[in-house]
Amino acid sequence: MGVEGIGARVPRKEDKRFITGKGRYTDDMSVAGMCHAAFVRSPHAHAKIAGIDTAAAEAMPGVIAVLTGSQLKDDGIGDLICGWMIHSKDGSPMNMGANPALAVDTARHVGQAVAVVVAETKAQAREAADAVSIDWQELPAVTDAAAALAAGAPQIHENAANNLIYDWEIGDAAAADAAIAGAAHVTRLEISNNRLVPNAMEPRAALADYNAAEDHYTLWTTSQNPHVARLVLSAFYQVAPEHKLRVIAPDVGGGFGSKIYIYPEEIVCLWASKRAGVPVKWTADRTEAFLTDAHGRDHITTAQMAFDADNRMIGLKVDTIANFGAYMSLFSSAVPTYLYATLLSGQYVIPAIHCNVRAVYTNTTPVDAYRGAGRPEACFVMERLVETAARELGVSPAELRRTNFIGEFPYQTPVIMAYDAGDFDASLNAATAAADYAGFAGRKAEAEARGKLRGIGMACYIEACGIAPSAAVGSLGAGVGLWESAEVRVNPVGTIEVLTGSHSHGQGHETTFAQLVAERLGVGLDSVQIVHGDTDKVQFGMGTYGSRSGAVGMSAISKALDKVEAKARKIAAHLMEADEGDIEIADGEVRVAGTDKKLGWHEVCLAAYTAHNLPEGMEPGLKEGAFYDPANFTFPAGCYICEVEVDPGTGHTDIVQFVAADDFGRIINPMIVEGQVHGGVVQGIGQALLEGCQYDAETGQLVTATYNDYAMPRADDVPSFAVSTTETLCPNNPLGIKGCGEAGAIGSPPAVINAITDAIGNNDLTMPATPEKVWRALNAGAVAQAAE
Amino acid sequence: MANISMTVNGRTVERTVEDRTLLVQFLREDLGLTGTHVGCDTSQCGACVVHIDGKAVKSCTTLAAQADGASITTIEGLANGADLHPVQAAFKEHHGLQCGFCTPGMIMAAVDMIERHGGKLDEKTVREELEGNICRCTGYHNIVKAILAAAA
Repeated sequence: MGVEGIGARVPRKEDKRFITGKGRYTDDMSVAGMCHAAFVRSPHAHAKIAGIDTAAAEAMPGVIAVLTGSQLKDDGIGDLICGWMIHSKDGSPMNMGANPALAVDTARHVGQAVAVVVAETKAQAREAADAVSIDWQELPAVTDAAAALAAGAPQIHENAANNLIYDWEIGDAAAADAAIAGAAHVTRLEISNNRLVPNAMEPRAALADYNAAEDHYTLWTTSQNPHVARLVLSAFYQVAPEHKLRVIAPDVGGGFGSKIYIYPEEIVCLWASKRAGVPVKWTADRTEAFLTDAHGRDHITTAQMAFDADNRMIGLKVDTIANFGAYMSLFSSAVPTYLYATLLSGQYVIPAIHCNVRAVYTNTTPVDAYRGAGRPEACFVMERLVETAARELGVSPAELRRTNFIGEFPYQTPVIMAYDAGDFDASLNAATAAADYAGFAGRKAEAEARGKLRGIGMACYIEACGIAPSAAVGSLGAGVGLWESAEVRVNPVGTIEVLTGSHSHGQGHETTFAQLVAERLGVGLDSVQIVHGDTDKVQFGMGTYGSRSGAVGMSAISKALDKVEAKARKIAAHLMEADEGDIEIADGEVRVAGTDKKLGWHEVCLAAYTAHNLPEGMEPGLKEGAFYDPANFTFPAGCYICEVEVDPGTGHTDIVQFVAADDFGRIINPMIVEGQVHGGVVQGIGQALLEGCQYDAETGQLVTATYNDYAMPRADDVPSFAVSTTETLCPNNPLGIKGCGEAGAIGSPPAVINAITDAIGNNDLTMPATPEKVWRALNAGAVAQAAE
Repeated sequence: MANISMTVNGRTVERTVEDRTLLVQFLREDLGLTGTHVGCDTSQCGACVVHIDGKAVKSCTTLAAQADGASITTIEGLANGADLHPVQAAFKEHHGLQCGFCTPGMIMAAVDMIERHGGKLDEKTVREELEGNICRCTGYHNIVKAILAAAA
C-alpha cells in the first residue's frame, strides 16, 4: 500500500468545499427567470376529489400557472411504476394500483400531491397553493397492515382485493413444518419492525429548465441515481425523450435509499417547466419530506425457530406482513422478498426454511428501501430468535451462535443465496474480546450497586450487497440490470478523470475511487478527478444504493484501468523497444523491469496523444470504458455487541458500550469505512430506541411529521463506538470488496433490543424502546396485578 | 418592507426586504451565501447556524430585520483567506462530515462552543451542546472527536 493507495487512511478530497460552504446542492442552484413550485397536497388519508377550483389561485399575484392531475394525464405523462415484478405463490402478478404524479380522482395518503402552483416567488406559490379549493369527499382509511387485510377494511385500489398486493413464498413449507413438529425445542416470537422515515438532512429538491428553442430539458435533482432517473422519466413517464433530457445530481445531502426513487415532484417540475414556459424549482420543507419521502421497514412477523436436542437449528418458519403504503414505490416489491426472505438463513446452517410474505396497501406514505432494505428486518427476526432461544435453552448466546455458524464456503442456503466467503467465528471472537463479553457479570453487579439494570445483547448479521448480477435479478423480476459502468480518461499531461455511474452523497467516492487509481497508476490523488452525477458527462450508470459502489462501481473502474494499463504498456514497450510483458507501471513511472529504462507516466500519455510514434495500427488517445456486471452478490457479515444500563425508575436506556466487528472484505479507506459504520449504527440505534413513524389509526394523519415529534438520534443519545474489522476477501470481484454502507443499520437494532430485554428480564418489548415502553415492560407484572 | 443594513463576513450590505424574510433566506437568496442550509422548519436541525455578533444563532428562526445593524459570520466567512479555521481543519482531519449538509451549522455551533468552554470541553459537554444540531450520516462519533481535537 502506498500512502494514498488502497488501505490508506487519507482525508477526503471533497471535504474542503463542504467545510467552507462551497458545496453545491440542488436548492443552491439558480437559473435566469427561475420560478417556484408549491404543491397542493391531500389533507386526508383517503378521499375522492369531486372537483378542483383553481380560479382564486390563478388570480393571485405572481402566479404563472396552476396545474392539475387531469392536465398532466391529458399531456400523456405516465403513471409511476414499480420496477420489480413479484408473482404471488398462485402465479398471479402483483396487484399494482395506478399511481399518478398528481392525483386525479382519489387521494390515498395524507400529503399526496394533487395540484401544483408555479409562481414568481416561493411565498407567492405557497399562498396560491393554499387558495386552491378542492371538493373532498372523505373515505374511511386504514393505516395498519394487518387491519388492512381484515374483512371489511376500506378498499384502497380497485384491482387489489382485500388490499393484498401479493402473497409470496420462498423455501420448503413442508420441510420447515416437519422440523418444527419434530423439534426438541421451538422458539416463537411475534415481531414488529417499526416504520421509519429516512430523513436525509438535505430535503428533496428539483429544478427543471425546459429550453423551447432546443426542445431540451435539464433537471437538477436530489438523486442517488441520475441515469436511472433519466431512463424512468423518459421511458415510463414520457416526460421527455432520453436524448433531450439532462439529469444532474450535484452535491446530494444524504440519501439512505430515499433518493433512489423518481418522485412526482420531479416529473411535475419538468412538465410544468414546459407548460408554464419558465424554469421551475421546488424544495421540500421538512414536513413535506416526512409526508412524501418513501418510508422504510413496517413489518409484522411471526417466526418460529426449531432446534434439535444438541441445540442445532433444524428449521425456520417466518410469516410476514409488509406495509407498502398507498402506492407501490419504485423498488418496493423487492424489499420484503428478495432483499429480506433470502437472508433468513443468517449466519447459520438451517436445513429447512420457509417464509411467506403478504404485501399490503394502506393509506400511508409509500414504503421502499431504506438503509439496509429488507436485510435489517431479516436480521432482526433472526437475531431476536437466536438470543431468545439461548435464554430459553439456558446456553450462552455466543455459544449457541457458534454451534450453528456456517463454517465452510461456498455455502448454498435454502433461500437462494450462495454465500461465497466469510469467517463468522472471527468477527464474533473480535467483538467478544473488544466488549470484554466474559467480564459482563462483574459490570452488571457493579451497575446493580448503583441501582441500574445492566444488560448485554449480541447480533450476528449477514447481508447481501454488491447489488447485483443482472441476469440473476432479471430472472427474479427486476426491470433493470444492476451492473455499473466507468470511463477512465487519461489526459495528455497524465492527469486522469474517472467518470463513474456511481453517485456519492456522503460516501466519499471522490477520495476512495481516486485511491484506486493512485494504487494502480502510481499517480498522486491530486492528479485524479472523479466525475459523477451528470448524464451529459457520464454515459450511463445505475447509481448508489445497496452498498454497491465499492463492489460494483469500483470494479467497473478497475476493469477500465486494466484496459488503460494494457494500452499504456503497449505504447511504452514500443517507445522503449522492450517486451510488453516487462513493462511495470508504478510511482508515476513506466519502467522496463530489470533495466534502467523508464519513461515518466506523463511521457507515455503525451505520446498517446501526439500519436507521432505509436505501435502499428494503434488508435491515438488513452481513454477506456468498462461495464462491470457482478458474478454474485457480496456478503458482508459481522458481530455487534451492545451493553445498556436501564434506569428502573424512569425506563431510560443508556447505551454504555457498543462494539462492532465487521468483515467488509478489502477496505480502501479505513477512516471512511469506520464513518459508514458509525452512521449506520446510529440509524439502527435510532430505530431501536427513538424513531417510530406514528399514524393516527382513525384519521390516517401522520402524527410524527416534524423533528419536534419524530425523535431523531442526537449527539447526546448515543455513545462513541469501538469498531474494528476482520477480513475475508470477496472472491467474486477484482478488488475483493464486500461493501460497508448498510451494515451498521442492519446489525444494531437486534443488538440493542437483546441488551435491553436482557437488562429488564422481559422479552416482550417493541421498537422503538422508549422509556415508557421499557418501564412498562419492566413493571409488566406489577401493572397487571394492579389492574386486577 | 424593511430597510436593513448589516455586516456579513466583513462586508457591509444594505437591502430592502419583505418584513417576513428570514435571515437564512436573506443570506441564501439575496446574498447568494448558500453555505448556510435549511434542513427543517422547526428550529431543530441546526443546519442554518450562523454567528450574530459572535454568538451561534439559528438563522431560520431569526428575521433578517432582527439582524439589522449586526455583524454576521457565515461558514463562507469563517476562514481567514485561504487557510482553514482550526475547527474546519479538525472536521476534515477527523472525518467529521459525510454528505456535508449539516456541516456548516455543525462547524459554526462548534466554534461558538469552543469559544465558550475553551480547553475545558469534554465529550459529555460536547454531546449535550450539540443537541440542537442533527446529523444523519456520521453518528456524531467523528464530529465529537473533531470538536474535542479543535478545542484541545
